[in-house]
Amino acid sequence: MIDYVAILMLGLVGVAMCATVVALSVLFGPRNPSRWKGTAYESGSEPFGDARIRLDVKYYMIAISFIMFDVEAVFLLPWAVVAKDYGAYGFVVAMVFVTILVVGLVYEWQKGGLEWD
Amino acid sequence: MDLVWELLIILLKIVVVVLLFAFPIGSLMTLLGDRKQSSLIQNRIGPNRARLPGINHPLVGIPHFLADGLKMIFKEDIIPRQANRFWHTLAPAISLFPAIALWAVIPFSDHYCTGTATMVDYRDVCVDGAFYNLFSISNLEAGLLYVFAISAVSVYGAAIAGWASNSKFSLLGGLRSSAQMISYEVTMGLSLAGILIIYGTLNLNEMVVVQGQLLWDWLPMWGIVVQPLAFFLFLAAMMAETKRAPFDVPEGESEIVAGYFTEFSSMKFAVIQLSEYVATVFVGSLVSTVFLGGWQVPWLYGDGFYFGNTDEPSIPLPYWLVIVLRVGSFSIKTLFILWLQFMLRWTLPRFRYDQIMTLGWKILLPLSLANLVITAFVVLVLL
Repeated sequence: MIDYVAILMLGLVGVAMCATVVALSVLFGPRNPSRWKGTAYESGSEPFGDARIRLDVKYYMIAISFIMFDVEAVFLLPWAVVAKDYGAYGFVVAMVFVTILVVGLVYEWQKGGLEWD
Repeated sequence: MDLVWELLIILLKIVVVVLLFAFPIGSLMTLLGDRKQSSLIQNRIGPNRARLPGINHPLVGIPHFLADGLKMIFKEDIIPRQANRFWHTLAPAISLFPAIALWAVIPFSDHYCTGTATMVDYRDVCVDGAFYNLFSISNLEAGLLYVFAISAVSVYGAAIAGWASNSKFSLLGGLRSSAQMISYEVTMGLSLAGILIIYGTLNLNEMVVVQGQLLWDWLPMWGIVVQPLAFFLFLAAMMAETKRAPFDVPEGESEIVAGYFTEFSSMKFAVIQLSEYVATVFVGSLVSTVFLGGWQVPWLYGDGFYFGNTDEPSIPLPYWLVIVLRVGSFSIKTLFILWLQFMLRWTLPRFRYDQIMTLGWKILLPLSLANLVITAFVVLVLL
């Protein structure tokens, strides 16, 4: 229990530290907003349009692959910790699981899901 | 021990770890690693103007770090008009929080023994007393899972900073960094699965204790000895996670200005920078904890050095000296990994973005899976 309290305290210290330094700059920094200072930086030319444009589908593909393989890792790590106790039975079960995921990886690779261009 | 006392000790540990270790090393590295070492490699002098009052010597540029911090406080905090003010203000805090919270589970030395420490089967045992956790903020059983969880949170800092600024460069930087970080997170988790099979624990201090075991009675069972491939996979994945060069396309100056923190100024900019450097120091400490034996000094146990298979220490040492040696050993290993990261920055050219994705998904991921399968098989055969 005390271990979790320690983490909570560390988190609070972190938040307090951010708040302090940002508050310092708000207190001591100058404040003269102007029309051009408030524009987004676009290499010196006048910004056009909104930045929140539609995104390339590639980023979504990466996100979906990430969900798949990170869940895989989440399932594998508990087995890895106790792998020695489970012996051959645990090994076979884990390998079946890994095989299914490797098939998935190969399929995605073949379909071009991992191509960036 | 009573509760108030314990809370005070925790607070003391937090102050020592965060304010005396992580932050000073993190920010000094801004200077020595990023500016002085860079200038040495590029054959120029680097920062040498700022002076501490009363000392007429540049002190290898260390006063610059204080001057920078002071300067940031007195700069105007600009929020672009189209930006989302709430998230723009919160983003630096969201990136600094995980960088600090990660330090909770790093052990700086073994648990303190209140009685007499000695060695049985290559691990410390405490006679007439008990172990008390004095050298890590939290002795969490699920230490490594905690590290994975919190470092996953650090994706949000960059993504939110990029989106909230409402600038095209920032958005691109935020997108790039989130896609890159989630890609390498998979490798980060899977490359450590082999280590978990061998050590059989998630607790980082216990993991370091197990690394004190000796193979063939002379070779310390450090992570890099039993899992050499995982060491390189994990180091690469962690460097991509912290967006260090050669993986620094999210803030590639030549393409997208400063990436996701283009629109940040004043102390907010400083906080984002600081969180990156603290995260870099954390990579050093985590890699040395898991792969380089953490606080272990080879053949050093609770009451001295043991050479060969002996019951009595060959060189007896007092317990306080053992602790000093262990904390020193941990710090040196951390600094070594840091130095390695800064050297890699100037040794390797920046990858292209498609190369980063290819490396992450098509090379590191299959390699870490293969490493896991082979490790599991070898452990099964040897048992």
